[in-house]
Amino acid sequence: MTKIMTGYEAVAEAVKACNPDVIPAYPITPQTDIVERISEMVADGELTSEYVRVDSEFNAASTAIGASAAGARTFTATCSQGLKLMSEPLFSAAGMRLPLVLAIANRSLSAPLSIWGDHTDTFAERDGGMIQFYAEDLQEAMDNIAIAYRVAEDKDISLPALSCLDGFILTHVQEEVDPFTQKEIEEFLPERDPVNTLDPSDPTTMGAYARPEHWTETRYVVHRAVKRSKEKIGKAVEEFADIFDREYGLEYNGLVETYRADDAEVLIVALGSVCGTTRYVVDEYRDMGEKVGMVRPRVYRPFPEKELARALEGAESIAVMEKDISLGYQGGLAIDIKSMLYSNGSKIPVLNYIVGLAGRDVSKENIRNVVEGAKEVKGKDPTDLDFDDEERWEPLRKELISEDDM
Amino acid sequence: MGDDRFNHEEDLFCPGHRACPGCGAALTSKFVTEVTGPNTIMSMPTGCMEVTTTPYPESAWGISWIHNIFENAAAVAGGIERAYRSFKRRGKKGYTDYDDVNFVVLAGDGATFDIGIRSLSGMMERGHDVLYICYDNEAYMNTGIQRSSSTPIGASTTTSPAGKESLGEDIHKKDMPSIAAAHGLEYIATASIAYPEDFKKKVEKALEIEGPKYIQIFAPCPRGWRHESKNSIKIARLAVETGLYPIYEMENGEITNVKKLKERKPVEEYLKAQGRFKHLFKQEGGDKVVEELQSIADHNAKKIGIDK
Amino acid sequence: MSKDPYKDLKITKGAVVRPGTTLVNKTGSWRSERPIVDHEKCVGCGNCEKFCPDMAIKEMENGRFEVDLEYCKGCGICAEECPVKAIEMEKEER
Repeated sequence: MTKIMTGYEAVAEAVKACNPDVIPAYPITPQTDIVERISEMVADGELTSEYVRVDSEFNAASTAIGASAAGARTFTATCSQGLKLMSEPLFSAAGMRLPLVLAIANRSLSAPLSIWGDHTDTFAERDGGMIQFYAEDLQEAMDNIAIAYRVAEDKDISLPALSCLDGFILTHVQEEVDPFTQKEIEEFLPERDPVNTLDPSDPTTMGAYARPEHWTETRYVVHRAVKRSKEKIGKAVEEFADIFDREYGLEYNGLVETYRADDAEVLIVALGSVCGTTRYVVDEYRDMGEKVGMVRPRVYRPFPEKELARALEGAESIAVMEKDISLGYQGGLAIDIKSMLYSNGSKIPVLNYIVGLAGRDVSKENIRNVVEGAKEVKGKDPTDLDFDDEERWEPLRKELISEDDM
Repeated sequence: MGDDRFNHEEDLFCPGHRACPGCGAALTSKFVTEVTGPNTIMSMPTGCMEVTTTPYPESAWGISWIHNIFENAAAVAGGIERAYRSFKRRGKKGYTDYDDVNFVVLAGDGATFDIGIRSLSGMMERGHDVLYICYDNEAYMNTGIQRSSSTPIGASTTTSPAGKESLGEDIHKKDMPSIAAAHGLEYIATASIAYPEDFKKKVEKALEIEGPKYIQIFAPCPRGWRHESKNSIKIARLAVETGLYPIYEMENGEITNVKKLKERKPVEEYLKAQGRFKHLFKQEGGDKVVEELQSIADHNAKKIGIDK
Repeated sequence: MSKDPYKDLKITKGAVVRPGTTLVNKTGSWRSERPIVDHEKCVGCGNCEKFCPDMAIKEMENGRFEVDLEYCKGCGICAEECPVKAIEMEKEER
């Protein structure tokens, strides 16, 4: 039965259904409401997890790591500066193959300080061995929590997973969602069966250091596990569809969703909530008879290169529209997509639009400008594009920038 | 493997570890495992004991052991402890009963006094049932003898070296037991590797108490303190006998069971036995630092009540 | 308790290690001096075993304290802490 609820409530409901053993919690805007809602569930006896009110995000991650090593199912949530503070233990958790599930209410990184949303926080964790899911709406934010547990705790994977939803835009909006029933979740998500535990009945040493003769191989196997998680995500999304009757990019292993992309000449690639608005813009163009479509990766790491190659094939131009910037080059998603297209022998021109940083609204007007930009380079050879012209900011208020800083 | 006259089956801290000869921290590790026995999960931060005991694929530990990073051993232990509490409360099968497991941290002074103090403070404040033991060798030894906030005044380290304009470390050692006490801990103790029975009794007593406990044990580092490896115990004993490292218990905020001394030895005896203080006896102004160290010992004697 | 962890080594998930496997590492080779126990002088107090950071002195079934030269690093604590000077450190000849 569907219910109207906020994004933070939807995440909290999903967590309750997945029933973690240990939940370390620390506040940060706009994530705070997730852990607040969970604390109310614990206070009311609806949830019997150990709820640990820790001293920092750093120790939220560290406490979750200890609990996970012991064999527990864990949950915590954070974003932005908090995720930065967690970064060191999280990288280590991946190396130690400790499954954790985190909800990330995506938010910009300082400075200047801003509480508003973009994807620079999770993109900065790209190389750490964490699986990253991005939700477009509240239902998906909720569903990704269960899928994240299923994949992260899979014995072959055993890795941390970040279930991302846009700060405020998704966390604090209300939508109609269909919460999990006990029966559904039990069918979908088995109890955690850890690869190793610290139980004294069978002592192990976890977190040994490795010397150069072994380190590369220890890294390689983690890398393989992150890559292998693609198949597991595919399988999980398939079973999820069977049990819950909701589908996420089944033809692309649950990694990529497309919208009116099949015959599209212009494709917009984007992550998260902005895809909702993009669908309207795509429809407008389609109504005018223009072949515009959208491709939405649901997962950024592991990078769905094969699925994206397939989804983007046949386009005459691509605009990667993203809420992050790797200062000194371009947006992370565009960089990866271009790398994939090069290996694929593709000659599709790619523009990189930096949009919606730190909560700046991405309007239909902005997205139309992106489409128009992509239309202009349709059919061009990528080598015809100037490096500097590939990167565009939509919009950039140039009047605010002094000559010297341009 | 090895000389079969010797049985290392029962060692919960095994030979073959790569700690330097005469290492006080290695000795501490042995003492700790002798008391905790096998029903123990140890969390250890990055440091000498971590790297010398666990070069992949080897481990010197016979107990369950985990290292994650430098500054979070207390929080990792707290997470393990809460996991077991949840397993018991929610009836999860396949895990040892919460009440039968000793949750222990063993950490160096850098990881305790400096970089890990947030994690330790949080663990103590939240009341996790964890025994936190700090092996105190008064500097960052693993990285090559840099000063920590546990380094005593006058000690020459690689980041507080003695030189023409320097008499070594110029900041007083942080009083960690008092910081632990300010968290309202039921049990705090200091100890020394020179008195293993005393230390082991303290570990045993601490393990019987539910909640957070803090023990700090003086553990000489021959390499870092510039003394012969054979003198580790002797120097540890001198630190106690001079009043520079008083050993005591603190129960519910009250100092109890102080190791009393009939006659305190002058601090020179302790200082002269170590290369890290050598400059104090050669350089101008060194005598003032020695005097200051003597006054610290005198202050300890008064505050803690060492003198018989 | 332990086998040679290097034999047929395959990287474990999370690089998890089996307990007690440093036994493969014979630290006796580090030694420049070896302790020689004078069993006549020994009063059996056990200080040498107690203070050994390398678990390399053990009391045998016959009550004698013997040095496990496979692991003894020759730190000399046992000789220093022996109350009756029953242990002498002798230069290793290699």
